[in-house]
Amino acid sequence: MTSQQVDPHLNSQPPSGGRVVMDDVAIRRALMRIAHEVLERCEDLERLYLVAIPNGGVPLARQLARNFKQIADVDVVVGILDTTLYRDDLKIKAERPRLRETEMPSAVDGRIVILVDDVLKTGRTIRAAMDALMDFGRPSAVQVVGLVDRGHRELPIKLDYVGKNVPTQPDEEVRMSGLGGNLDGALEVVVMPGEPESSGGMR
Amino acid sequence: MIGRDLLGTEDLDRADIERILETAEHMREIGRRTIKKVPTLRGRTIVNLFFESSTRTKSSFEIAGKRLSADVINFAAASSSLKKAESILDTARNLEAMDLDAVVVRHAVAGVPKQIADVLSAPVINAGDGAHEHPTQALLDLLTVRREKGRIDGLTIAIIGDILHSRVARSNIYAFRKMGAEVRVAGPPQMLPAAIETLGVKAFTSLREAIDGVDVVMALRIQNERLSGTYLPSVREYSATYGIDREKLKFAKDDAIVMHPGPVNRGVELSHDLTDHRPGVILDQVRNGVAIRMAVLYLLSGRRQEGDPRLDLESGEEK
Amino acid sequence: MSEQRIWIRGGRILDPAAERDEPGDVLIEGGVIVAVGAKLDASDAQVIDANGAWIAPGFVDLHAHLREPGQEYKEDIASGGRSAVAGGFAAVACMANTHPVNDDPAMTDFIIDRAKQDSPARVYPIAAATRGLEGSEMTEMSALVEAGAVAFSDDGKTIMDGGVMRRILEYSKTVGSPVITHGEDRHLVGEGVVNEGPVSTKLGLPGNPAVAEDVLVTRDLMLAEMTGAHLHVAHVSTKGAVAAIRRSRERGAHVTAEVTPHHLTLTDEALLGYDTNAKVAPPLRSKADVLACREGLADGTIDAIATDHAPHAVHEKDLEFTEAPPGLIGFETAFPVVLDLVRGGELSPLELMRRLSTNPARIIGRPGGSLAIGAAADVAILDPEMNWIYDPAKGYSKSRNSPWAGQTLKGRAIATIVAGRLVYDVDRGVLYP
Repeated sequence: MTSQQVDPHLNSQPPSGGRVVMDDVAIRRALMRIAHEVLERCEDLERLYLVAIPNGGVPLARQLARNFKQIADVDVVVGILDTTLYRDDLKIKAERPRLRETEMPSAVDGRIVILVDDVLKTGRTIRAAMDALMDFGRPSAVQVVGLVDRGHRELPIKLDYVGKNVPTQPDEEVRMSGLGGNLDGALEVVVMPGEPESSGGMR
Repeated sequence: MIGRDLLGTEDLDRADIERILETAEHMREIGRRTIKKVPTLRGRTIVNLFFESSTRTKSSFEIAGKRLSADVINFAAASSSLKKAESILDTARNLEAMDLDAVVVRHAVAGVPKQIADVLSAPVINAGDGAHEHPTQALLDLLTVRREKGRIDGLTIAIIGDILHSRVARSNIYAFRKMGAEVRVAGPPQMLPAAIETLGVKAFTSLREAIDGVDVVMALRIQNERLSGTYLPSVREYSATYGIDREKLKFAKDDAIVMHPGPVNRGVELSHDLTDHRPGVILDQVRNGVAIRMAVLYLLSGRRQEGDPRLDLESGEEK
Repeated sequence: MSEQRIWIRGGRILDPAAERDEPGDVLIEGGVIVAVGAKLDASDAQVIDANGAWIAPGFVDLHAHLREPGQEYKEDIASGGRSAVAGGFAAVACMANTHPVNDDPAMTDFIIDRAKQDSPARVYPIAAATRGLEGSEMTEMSALVEAGAVAFSDDGKTIMDGGVMRRILEYSKTVGSPVITHGEDRHLVGEGVVNEGPVSTKLGLPGNPAVAEDVLVTRDLMLAEMTGAHLHVAHVSTKGAVAAIRRSRERGAHVTAEVTPHHLTLTDEALLGYDTNAKVAPPLRSKADVLACREGLADGTIDAIATDHAPHAVHEKDLEFTEAPPGLIGFETAFPVVLDLVRGGELSPLELMRRLSTNPARIIGRPGGSLAIGAAADVAILDPEMNWIYDPAKGYSKSRNSPWAGQTLKGRAIATIVAGRLVYDVDRGVLYP
């Protein structure tokens, strides 16, 4: 495991035959570009509020916050918002998905909320995240960052900032994973061949 | 993974309990929001079927259901089916026709939730049955202790009082042992159930020995009618021997916490100075109760069983 | 009586009264057994093929509740009698706790008359030992015996007043009938509904301690020893009671005892799912108690197997465990259930038949339990190997409260003859009345 952190490219070819569409360097580069784009569009940096959708959104939002600090010397709050309890497929599934952390350190009223997620597909997660967000207050604006947009939208959701557009087959799985076994270190985005049971309905 | 129903902590394994506690930790966060409500169970119907009155547990389940956006119906039920011309299973069969998503049952007689679960396709959650089990109480106690102590594994807990008649004791014995704690029970000998050690606990009649070096002291509520001479000579004698006060608590660990499932008979199970000591723990128990019940409703409410064959058992023609 | 001429051909004859266990035929004519032996020839008779089956005296049940009069929705003498013969029972002694109670010669007459009209099995009324089963005033034993009562019992309710019990035992000597005790100290039982022990603790249901039975049975044994009367102990269920009976018999007391199929084969663990159909009084006990009962039955401490057939309606058993009435229906399952003792090597087939027929008939002083020439032709033909799924709804009792419902049982009564008439046949069902 640790050897992977030393050389992120050593084992970047997953055993199941997936292909890497973004490596750690590409991800960092994309997040820096997105940070610039956000700052360029934002009129009031004090009102920015990054809200990460776990799990993948969390390291991305933290990196964006670091980028804001580096570029504009501004401290942007990072919140975490689990969307599980707002999912629209709970009624049709007996197995309950695990809940993830929600940690919203300050109120969202009047803030410019930037939702951050790793891979966007159907748009249903963003729909759930917006519903959840409204239960925390009334932001003045909501924008969405997606590291990868793989298409196949099922709801009228558009991304404001995209890391990379990756055309995929609907049954393929696109996953952002940490090379060190967690999302704290180097990251990569992999496209895995489709499996019969892969649902991915929420992405 | 957790089955269709939650009838007792006896049926849960460690992974089930971990999952419920983890879910409840996340549910606690909802209680801190301005809008304390998530749409998870919108359009679902949960029935509170309380044959025995209990404002606290019933409200806790009601709040839990409502925070998850379920429709919660309180079904007023007679305390004994003998008082009306309908058996408890008739009541259950009537509920079955209402297409419910979960039924929360409280009854003074052990086994009723199980009997109802046997005829319902909806999940049944036991909210306390006689002296059998009260699983959500034990789960909230686990959550409270884990939040206080940071762990459960390796702790020693002493449950004090009327073990014989206590469902809270039984559920906590199973739950704490499954999570790696050592459990002791203590009370007057006539209030210790037969062969209680077969549940894996050490039994004491001396309070002092029982709480020696423990991390958690849990005092059980003693019913007033049992203090009138049939089980115990008097309130005074009970509180002198088995009531917890600061003096007796010195035998426990310095950082021991005192718990009580409530409502407390002040000056009986707990001395006045202890009831007022750290009221935060008791209030936290209430908060944790809602979170645990939200977790249980969330985890079980998808588990309706369609076309349960057991429903046809009684429809055979009369000979 | 019957004019049937029946040739039971090619079975294993088990006649405990004659110590006979050998292959052979039985010929019945004019209501009595006229020949027993190898290769009879009676080609003009109705033939019952008993190949592979046992031919035994019809079973005699010392303990059943037929519910008539008063609770005919649970059972009546007709349905109870039909259920009995479907289980191989030719005769049934019925308890006095009807409504009204059988504490009066007119009631005993009524039961006997009704049985003659409606029941394929012989019915022997057991009269109450005290008026209204109240435990205080004695019944008219002499008149009741004259009317046909075979024993006296307040079964279901223990006579808690030792002085009353003493006088009943003393007076019973004038009629020579046994007094049957339901040995449970009511105060020690308290609210108890499940044997006190690990199971009651786990279930959270009030415990009924074994000592409640030990204490009361011991009291009655001592009274029997003192008075010299015939005490019969109903449904023994505890190790302590078995030991006490054994000691008392060794001291020469006139004591007999019975045990039920359920107390011989089920432990309190059968209640772990709160099955009210396994709720009985006295309660199902521990493994050690079951083993003691089996040992007591094998060594002769306990004389007889009695069903304690106790029908209750579905809506009554559908209640909370504490509210559901105790009891189970037992006629049709008794034989396969107690065959377990033969499979376990504890009883030979002949000894099992003795405890189902010869001994109980002797205890109440009625004919039966014998295949001797000239004896009344009460015969059970039993297939010890037949596997069948027991469905109470397809049985003859009006009630369905059985813990064996839905189970595959091994062994079954395939024909029953009462007073020379074939009243039951497994293929055609109950044939008479």
